Amino acid sequence: MQNTTLILLLGAMAVVAFYFGRSRSLALVGGASKSAALHSLPGYYGYFTVVWCLLPALALMLLWLLFEPRLVVAFVVSGLPDAERQMTGGELNLLVNNIQNLASGDAVSGEVDSVLRAAADRYNEISQWSRRLLAVLVLGIAGLGATYAWRRIQPDLRARNRVEQVILYLLVAASSIAILTTVGIVLSVLFEAIRFFQKVPLTEFLFGLNWSPQTAIRADQVGSSGSFGAVPLFTGTLLITAIAMSVAVPIGLMTAIYLAEYSSARMRAIAKPLLEILAGIPTVVYGFFAALTVAPWVRRAGEGLGFEVASESALAAGLVMGIMIIPLVSSLADDAIHAVPSAMRDGALGLGSTRSETMTKVILPAALPGIVGGVLLAVSRAIGETMIVVMAAGLAANLTANPFEAVTTVTVQIVTLLVGDQEFDSAKTLAAFALGLMLFLVTLCLNILGLRFVRKYREQYD
Amino acid sequence: MKDANSTRMKVEAGLQRRRRKERVFQLIGLLATAVGIVFLGVFFFSLIKQGASAFEQTHVRLDVEMSSEALAPDGELDLIYADFDGVIRSALRNLFPDVTGRGDRRELNQLVSIAAGYQVRDMLVEDPDLLGGKATIWVPTSANVDMLVKGKIDPGIDEAMRPVSNQQIRWVDQLETEGRIETRFNTALFTNGDSREPELAGIKGALMGSVYMLLVTVALAFPIGVAAAIYLEEFAPKNRWADLIEVNINNLAAVPSIVFGLLGLAVFINWMGLPRSAPLVGGLVLSLLTLPVIIIASRAAIQAVPPSIRQAAFGLGASRMQVVFHHIMPLALPGMLTGTIIGMSRALGESAPLLMIGMVAFIVDVPGGFTDPATALPVQVFLWADSPERAFAERTSAAIIVLLGFLLLMNLTAVIIRKRMERKW
Amino acid sequence: MTMAAMSELDVNKEPPVSPAPVEEPVDTTRKPDARSPHRPVSGQLTELLDETVGNVHCDDPFMTARDVNVYYGDNHAIRNVNLEIGKKEVIALIGPSGCGKSTFLRCLNRMNDSIDTARVTGDIRLDGMDIYSKELDPVALRARVGMVFQKANPFPKSIYDNVAYGPRIHGLAADRAELDNIVHTSLERAGLLQEVKDRLDEPGTGLSGGQQQRLCIARTIAVNPEVILMDEPCSALDPIATARIEDLMDELSEDYAIVIVTHSMQQAARVSKRVAYFHLGLLVEVDETDRIFTNPQHKLTEDYITGRIG
Repeated sequence: MQNTTLILLLGAMAVVAFYFGRSRSLALVGGASKSAALHSLPGYYGYFTVVWCLLPALALMLLWLLFEPRLVVAFVVSGLPDAERQMTGGELNLLVNNIQNLASGDAVSGEVDSVLRAAADRYNEISQWSRRLLAVLVLGIAGLGATYAWRRIQPDLRARNRVEQVILYLLVAASSIAILTTVGIVLSVLFEAIRFFQKVPLTEFLFGLNWSPQTAIRADQVGSSGSFGAVPLFTGTLLITAIAMSVAVPIGLMTAIYLAEYSSARMRAIAKPLLEILAGIPTVVYGFFAALTVAPWVRRAGEGLGFEVASESALAAGLVMGIMIIPLVSSLADDAIHAVPSAMRDGALGLGSTRSETMTKVILPAALPGIVGGVLLAVSRAIGETMIVVMAAGLAANLTANPFEAVTTVTVQIVTLLVGDQEFDSAKTLAAFALGLMLFLVTLCLNILGLRFVRKYREQYD
Repeated sequence: MKDANSTRMKVEAGLQRRRRKERVFQLIGLLATAVGIVFLGVFFFSLIKQGASAFEQTHVRLDVEMSSEALAPDGELDLIYADFDGVIRSALRNLFPDVTGRGDRRELNQLVSIAAGYQVRDMLVEDPDLLGGKATIWVPTSANVDMLVKGKIDPGIDEAMRPVSNQQIRWVDQLETEGRIETRFNTALFTNGDSREPELAGIKGALMGSVYMLLVTVALAFPIGVAAAIYLEEFAPKNRWADLIEVNINNLAAVPSIVFGLLGLAVFINWMGLPRSAPLVGGLVLSLLTLPVIIIASRAAIQAVPPSIRQAAFGLGASRMQVVFHHIMPLALPGMLTGTIIGMSRALGESAPLLMIGMVAFIVDVPGGFTDPATALPVQVFLWADSPERAFAERTSAAIIVLLGFLLLMNLTAVIIRKRMERKW
Repeated sequence: MTMAAMSELDVNKEPPVSPAPVEEPVDTTRKPDARSPHRPVSGQLTELLDETVGNVHCDDPFMTARDVNVYYGDNHAIRNVNLEIGKKEVIALIGPSGCGKSTFLRCLNRMNDSIDTARVTGDIRLDGMDIYSKELDPVALRARVGMVFQKANPFPKSIYDNVAYGPRIHGLAADRAELDNIVHTSLERAGLLQEVKDRLDEPGTGLSGGQQQRLCIARTIAVNPEVILMDEPCSALDPIATARIEDLMDELSEDYAIVIVTHSMQQAARVSKRVAYFHLGLLVEVDETDRIFTNPQHKLTEDYITGRIG
């Protein structure tokens, strides 16, 4: 039975349960006219029944669907002849893949022998059994739950409180998703990273100067396990980030100052939404623009000045990334500037400061923590930015500070290592998770620090 | 007390310099503001200049003979193996009877897209009686001819440097003078999936992939986000746990999107065994990505509901749940919806995490469900941007225009909802 | 304009001033209100200088304001005000909230410039020089006409840097020693030196409210201005801190002209030589402090002083 059918059936059962729960509560007190004798409104008795009908059934279904694929595979594998069961992890994975493909009628790599055919049949059989069992169990539990709740309905049952308690738990669960996500991120990158560091020492990763993750295609090739010194990636990321920030910070800051202090209200009303558009353009579009329009332009300009410019220079990617970050910097700087009490501005002007002196000598120093916080968030954004660098910066892991050369970044390498079909436990694939861990940790620190600066600063003047 | 005059003179002495500084500062500010806006202008200008022509496709008029001998030598039309391309080839040969050499003929055939053969087949499927008859049809030209006609290939440069040969240019010129060349609306762009041939490539597959993904995202992120916001604003005790959730949400909003992709790869694909390249997984990842945006916006919307409403409802003896769901939710809903739409528009533009979960595959078929392999509109942009053909650059710009159009539409909707349903307290 | 001030007028059955909301342009041709038995009538008040009761002139005028009008957008906040401010004299501007006294004060060093919608007409002269002339830089003007604000607003810098700020931007000190000297003298004159001389490097925001306000005064006199404008400088302070500031003003008045806006009639009586009473944007009466408080000429002034207008 299809899962969607099952869910629809459950929904139908829930409707029925609601009706029965509600009518039983009314019947117990002798009709709708006497519903005041009930502790809660009749509808709550209906919901009470629905909760008992749905929650256990859905929980079971979720667990089942999570673990079913593994269990089915385990059953199939245990039924294989001994020779196959002795296989190593990688080979076994391939075999299981083949079995699954054969079972679903897709193309299979290698020859189909009788063992494979038998396993595929067994796979289909077990899967079907599992589906049937699931449907029976889920519907059965839903029915049992509903009946149990239905029998428990009494006029003095505090149905509203029970239902509200359940809703509260659901709300708690929803808000915990944020924590779960963070935990999920940490665990998923951490485990794979640990596996990576078992193959490649942490010190080599952190301090090695050579990055070439091409691992051997055959296991018996010697000495071609790739080298995983990530320093060139870090410097490349830093170089592009630095270029981006040297565009975004001064321009974003001056934009915020101009719009806050000098521009007319009309110009502000036009310029701000335009800058917001800049913030809303997808990064892939910036990447396209960087690669197709800005990179050739940078190259021509650089060569006109007598520099040797790589076609995928750090400069082009950095410049475009800087433009992308301008709105972020300017809006955070704008918040910071406006949070400075106008009394400061009056005080400075009253002493005879020009507007620029007021801004640079009084308001900006006062707004500095907020601005620094904003810049930290912008740096975090630049470090984690992916599409622009994937499209406009190169893959060459050069250790250089020359903005006209091609460099690569952490995010570019993550994408390169993981795009396409990969064997999941090769050092190459795992390296991506190690890089992801670094990326997550660094941006986490920057974010927390930045948010703390911004908030502390806001409180200061509240 | 010092002499006021000497002070005045000192102030006057510096005035000139300070005024100059002031003007320079103001000018710098103006220039900085202009940078962003000028970039926006240049960007849109170049985008439209590059992409507008992709909404049209050059077609050529051919007089085809659907002879039974060629198409159904055994008396029966075989829809898979019949030589539909041969019909097109002979139509071209009839136009240029003096082209005889093998190589020349091949060049001649390259003028027309391989889609022309499919078009003949589709006509025959629709009306089998056409077999044995003649017809005049407009078929798409190849991408190179398309570029040539649109002026994107300069016939002046050296022959070896361009993808069309001199004699092809001559043929096209001749066809043009005969009135057989016309540019028409490029329907293929909106009705086809991806293709290796630029003139056949369309965004429908990517668009549907994006639609399926957003459906999953909105179905998950909206209820969960609103529920989380309600809990945090209305129920959560002010303790460390609530603080932790708060810090978490703010941080998640700033975590690089690619990290969410890693999460999706490790958890949804490798651990849970969900299929790669599926909109379902993409939607799950994007829900996690947009959840913080929705939660933050929803909390702001709840905070904007004045406490007097809450007090009034409590005063009538409503339970906390009833206060929230009967009074606060309806009032905060516009703000929550606005936040959700903003979150969805961010999800629509997101591509980095989708690369991680295999949504970059070359997929020709338009996905028909949540678990079919699919790609997304921004990823399609990424894929096409990587293609060396000139015609793909044009189509990339067109896809971007479509993508930006959708984003604009979503943001306008958000603005309208805000304007329409906004209440002033 | 506050509604409170107007409603109180109604309660007092005392509408000699046009009861129309201030947003409406003043009808200068309005006939004297029939219900008002008093001599000076608002409608005429706005027409001629002589209509401001008392004496707007002084012996040694340093700043003169003639026919000053201020508009905030459509709101006519100050109407035809004429006033002279003498050298080394303390003049207090009093009146109910929203009467325009602060607005007028801010005209005197063009602080209204920074408000987009504000428009000032009329003629204000400092030592004979038109301060609203195009050639004049408000920066130079504000160096001569300093200002102390209602709420102490020390910059988030050290005490030293707060005081040194003005001399630095105006280039008043040739070297560090001279700057040190200016800072010390200014703090001393503001009566703050003894309290802070050991912690000049600490932030000015760490001082108590009264100290902060004296720091702001020190900051202002460090530029060696000729006029000091004070906008309710003691309204946020306790009585002891207020007393110290008032003493300070007394000393400062030996060197500077001081224009103080105050809500407190007692304060006006204590510190000022002359008092100007504003009502709904009009300058109603100006006179020697003693005469205003003992024998006000105008009914409105009298009502205010006796506490019948808020």
